[in-house]
Amino acid sequence: MIKSELVLKIAERNPHLYQRDVENIVNAILGEITSALSRGDRVELRGFGAFSAKQRRARQGRNPRTGSQVKVDEKAVPFFKAGKEMRMRLNNGIDLGE
Amino acid sequence: MAKAPQVAKTVTRADLAEAVYQRVGLSRTESAELVETVLAEISDVLVNGANVKLSSFGSFLVRSKSERIGRNPKTGVEVPITPRRVMVFKPSNIMKGRVNGDVVADEAE
Repeated sequence: MIKSELVLKIAERNPHLYQRDVENIVNAILGEITSALSRGDRVELRGFGAFSAKQRRARQGRNPRTGSQVKVDEKAVPFFKAGKEMRMRLNNGIDLGE
Repeated sequence: MAKAPQVAKTVTRADLAEAVYQRVGLSRTESAELVETVLAEISDVLVNGANVKLSSFGSFLVRSKSERIGRNPKTGVEVPITPRRVMVFKPSNIMKGRVNGDVVADEAE
Protein backbone atom coordinates (compact mmCIF):
# COMPACT_ATOMS: atom_id res chain seq x y z
CA MET A 1 0.00 0.00 0.00
CA ILE A 2 1.29 3.46 -0.82
CA LYS A 3 0.39 6.84 0.67
CA SER A 4 -2.22 7.73 -1.95
CA GLU A 5 -3.98 4.40 -1.36
CA LEU A 6 -3.95 4.99 2.38
CA VAL A 7 -5.47 8.44 1.83
CA LEU A 8 -8.16 7.00 -0.44
CA LYS A 9 -9.10 4.30 2.04
CA ILE A 10 -9.45 6.77 4.91
CA ALA A 11 -11.37 9.22 2.72
CA GLU A 12 -13.83 6.44 1.81
CA ARG A 13 -14.51 5.79 5.47
CA ASN A 14 -14.93 9.51 6.24
CA PRO A 15 -17.28 10.73 3.53
CA HIS A 16 -17.62 14.14 5.21
CA LEU A 17 -13.94 14.88 4.51
CA TYR A 18 -12.42 15.96 1.24
CA GLN A 19 -9.63 13.75 -0.05
CA ARG A 20 -7.42 16.83 0.13
CA ASP A 21 -8.13 17.11 3.88
CA VAL A 22 -7.23 13.47 4.44
CA GLU A 23 -4.00 14.04 2.54
CA ASN A 24 -3.23 16.98 4.83
CA ILE A 25 -4.04 14.89 7.89
CA VAL A 26 -1.71 12.06 6.86
CA ASN A 27 1.03 14.56 5.99
CA ALA A 28 0.57 16.42 9.29
CA ILE A 29 1.04 13.16 11.21
CA LEU A 30 4.09 12.00 9.26
CA GLY A 31 5.55 15.52 9.24
CA GLU A 32 5.20 15.83 13.01
CA ILE A 33 6.98 12.50 13.53
CA THR A 34 9.87 13.61 11.29
CA SER A 35 10.08 17.04 12.97
CA ALA A 36 10.17 15.43 16.40
CA LEU A 37 13.09 13.22 15.37
CA SER A 38 14.98 16.15 13.89
CA ARG A 39 14.55 18.02 17.20
CA GLY A 40 16.00 15.00 18.95
CA ASP A 41 12.67 13.99 20.47
CA ARG A 42 11.30 10.48 20.69
CA VAL A 43 7.86 9.54 19.36
CA GLU A 44 6.01 6.91 21.32
CA LEU A 45 2.77 5.52 19.94
CA ARG A 46 1.53 2.87 22.37
CA GLY A 47 0.49 -0.33 20.66
CA PHE A 48 2.06 0.75 17.37
CA GLY A 49 5.69 1.44 18.14
CA ALA A 50 8.29 4.07 18.93
CA PHE A 51 10.49 6.22 16.71
CA SER A 52 13.82 7.59 17.88
CA ALA A 53 17.00 8.94 16.35
CA LYS A 54 20.16 7.04 17.19
CA GLN A 55 23.48 8.84 17.17
CA ARG A 56 26.25 7.27 15.12
CA ARG A 57 29.80 8.41 15.79
CA ALA A 58 32.15 9.66 13.09
CA ARG A 59 34.24 6.83 11.70
CA GLN A 60 36.85 5.99 9.13
CA GLY A 61 35.07 4.28 6.24
CA ARG A 62 36.24 2.81 2.99
CA ASN A 63 35.05 3.23 -0.54
CA PRO A 64 34.23 -0.40 -1.35
CA ARG A 65 35.06 0.11 -5.02
CA THR A 66 38.47 1.72 -4.70
CA GLY A 67 39.43 0.74 -1.16
CA SER A 68 40.42 4.32 -0.38
CA GLN A 69 39.75 5.63 3.11
CA VAL A 70 36.98 8.17 3.57
CA LYS A 71 35.91 10.09 6.63
CA VAL A 72 32.30 9.43 7.63
CA ASP A 73 30.90 12.24 9.79
CA GLU A 74 28.83 11.61 12.86
CA LYS A 75 25.15 11.38 12.09
CA ALA A 76 21.73 10.54 13.48
CA VAL A 77 19.80 7.57 12.08
CA PRO A 78 16.01 7.23 12.41
CA PHE A 79 15.06 4.05 14.26
CA PHE A 80 11.73 2.33 14.83
CA LYS A 81 10.83 -0.37 17.31
CA ALA A 82 7.48 -2.10 16.90
CA GLY A 83 5.19 -1.99 19.92
CA LYS A 84 4.16 -5.05 21.87
CA GLU A 85 0.63 -5.10 20.51
CA MET A 86 1.93 -4.91 16.93
CA ARG A 87 4.41 -7.73 17.55
CA MET A 88 1.60 -9.88 18.91
CA ARG A 89 -0.85 -9.05 16.14
CA LEU A 90 1.74 -10.06 13.52
CA ASN A 91 1.98 -13.48 15.16
CA ASN A 92 -1.65 -14.48 15.58
CA GLY A 93 -1.94 -12.76 18.92
CA ILE A 94 0.85 -14.78 20.49
CA ASP A 95 3.48 -12.96 22.55
CA LEU A 96 6.81 -14.37 21.32
CA GLY A 97 8.86 -11.82 23.24
CA GLU A 98 11.20 -9.25 21.70
CA MET B 1 28.79 16.76 18.56
CA ALA B 2 26.26 19.39 17.64
CA LYS B 3 24.88 21.41 20.51
CA ALA B 4 22.88 19.17 22.77
CA PRO B 5 19.13 19.65 22.35
CA GLN B 6 17.22 21.05 25.29
CA VAL B 7 15.78 18.13 27.24
CA ALA B 8 14.47 15.65 24.70
CA LYS B 9 10.76 15.15 25.10
CA THR B 10 8.48 12.33 24.09
CA VAL B 11 5.90 13.00 21.42
CA THR B 12 2.66 11.03 21.75
CA ARG B 13 -0.66 10.59 19.98
CA ALA B 14 -1.90 13.77 21.65
CA ASP B 15 0.87 15.81 19.97
CA LEU B 16 0.11 14.25 16.59
CA ALA B 17 -3.57 15.10 17.10
CA GLU B 18 -2.57 18.69 17.94
CA ALA B 19 -0.52 18.88 14.71
CA VAL B 20 -3.57 17.68 12.73
CA TYR B 21 -5.79 20.17 14.58
CA GLN B 22 -3.43 23.06 13.73
CA ARG B 23 -3.14 22.12 10.08
CA VAL B 24 -6.66 20.99 9.16
CA GLY B 25 -9.80 22.74 10.37
CA LEU B 26 -11.20 19.86 12.39
CA SER B 27 -12.20 19.68 16.03
CA ARG B 28 -9.65 18.38 18.54
CA THR B 29 -11.77 15.28 19.11
CA GLU B 30 -11.98 14.48 15.44
CA SER B 31 -8.28 15.17 14.96
CA ALA B 32 -7.51 12.61 17.66
CA GLU B 33 -9.85 10.08 16.05
CA LEU B 34 -8.16 10.52 12.69
CA VAL B 35 -4.69 9.95 14.16
CA GLU B 36 -6.06 6.68 15.53
CA THR B 37 -7.65 5.77 12.18
CA VAL B 38 -4.41 6.35 10.29
CA LEU B 39 -2.36 4.23 12.71
CA ALA B 40 -5.00 1.50 12.75
CA GLU B 41 -5.15 1.38 8.97
CA ILE B 42 -1.35 1.07 8.66
CA SER B 43 -1.35 -1.67 11.34
CA ASP B 44 -4.13 -3.64 9.63
CA VAL B 45 -2.36 -3.61 6.27
CA LEU B 46 0.83 -4.90 7.91
CA VAL B 47 -1.00 -7.59 9.88
CA ASN B 48 -2.51 -8.72 6.57
CA GLY B 49 1.04 -9.19 5.31
CA ALA B 50 1.40 -6.21 2.96
CA ASN B 51 4.00 -3.44 3.16
CA VAL B 52 3.17 0.24 3.55
CA LYS B 53 5.25 2.76 1.58
CA LEU B 54 4.82 6.38 2.59
CA SER B 55 6.73 8.58 0.16
CA SER B 56 9.15 11.08 1.69
CA PHE B 57 8.64 9.37 5.08
CA GLY B 58 9.65 5.73 4.76
CA SER B 59 8.38 2.16 4.45
CA PHE B 60 6.96 -0.24 6.99
CA LEU B 61 7.82 -3.78 5.96
CA VAL B 62 6.76 -7.16 7.29
CA ARG B 63 9.49 -9.78 7.34
CA SER B 64 9.12 -13.49 8.00
CA LYS B 65 11.93 -14.92 10.07
CA SER B 66 12.67 -18.62 10.12
CA GLU B 67 13.72 -20.47 13.26
CA ARG B 68 17.26 -19.82 14.49
CA ILE B 69 19.34 -20.63 17.51
CA GLY B 70 19.68 -17.90 20.08
CA ARG B 71 21.62 -17.78 23.30
CA ASN B 72 20.72 -16.41 26.68
CA PRO B 73 23.45 -13.80 26.99
CA LYS B 74 23.55 -14.18 30.76
CA THR B 75 23.75 -17.95 31.07
CA GLY B 76 25.05 -18.90 27.61
CA VAL B 77 22.29 -21.49 27.28
CA GLU B 78 21.21 -22.08 23.67
CA VAL B 79 17.51 -21.71 22.99
CA PRO B 80 15.62 -21.96 19.71
CA ILE B 81 14.01 -18.73 18.52
CA THR B 82 10.69 -19.67 16.95
CA PRO B 83 9.75 -18.55 13.41
CA ARG B 84 7.90 -15.24 13.49
CA ARG B 85 6.82 -12.19 11.55
CA VAL B 86 8.41 -8.88 12.44
CA MET B 87 7.75 -5.31 11.36
CA VAL B 88 10.66 -3.11 10.31
CA PHE B 89 10.81 0.54 9.32
CA LYS B 90 13.08 1.75 6.54
CA PRO B 91 13.37 5.53 6.64
CA SER B 92 13.36 7.39 3.33
CA ASN B 93 16.39 9.41 2.29
CA ILE B 94 14.33 12.53 2.89
CA MET B 95 13.69 11.58 6.50
CA LYS B 96 17.34 10.61 7.02
CA GLY B 97 18.33 14.00 5.67
CA ARG B 98 15.86 15.92 7.82
CA VAL B 99 16.96 14.11 10.95
CA ASN B 100 20.45 15.38 10.16
CA GLY B 101 19.36 18.95 9.72
CA ASP B 102 18.70 19.16 5.97
CA VAL B 103 16.02 21.75 5.37
CA VAL B 104 15.10 20.48 1.94
CA ALA B 105 16.01 17.11 0.59
CA ASP B 106 14.45 16.21 -2.70
CA GLU B 107 15.99 12.86 -3.43
CA ALA B 108 13.09 10.78 -4.67
CA GLU B 109 12.29 7.39 -3.17
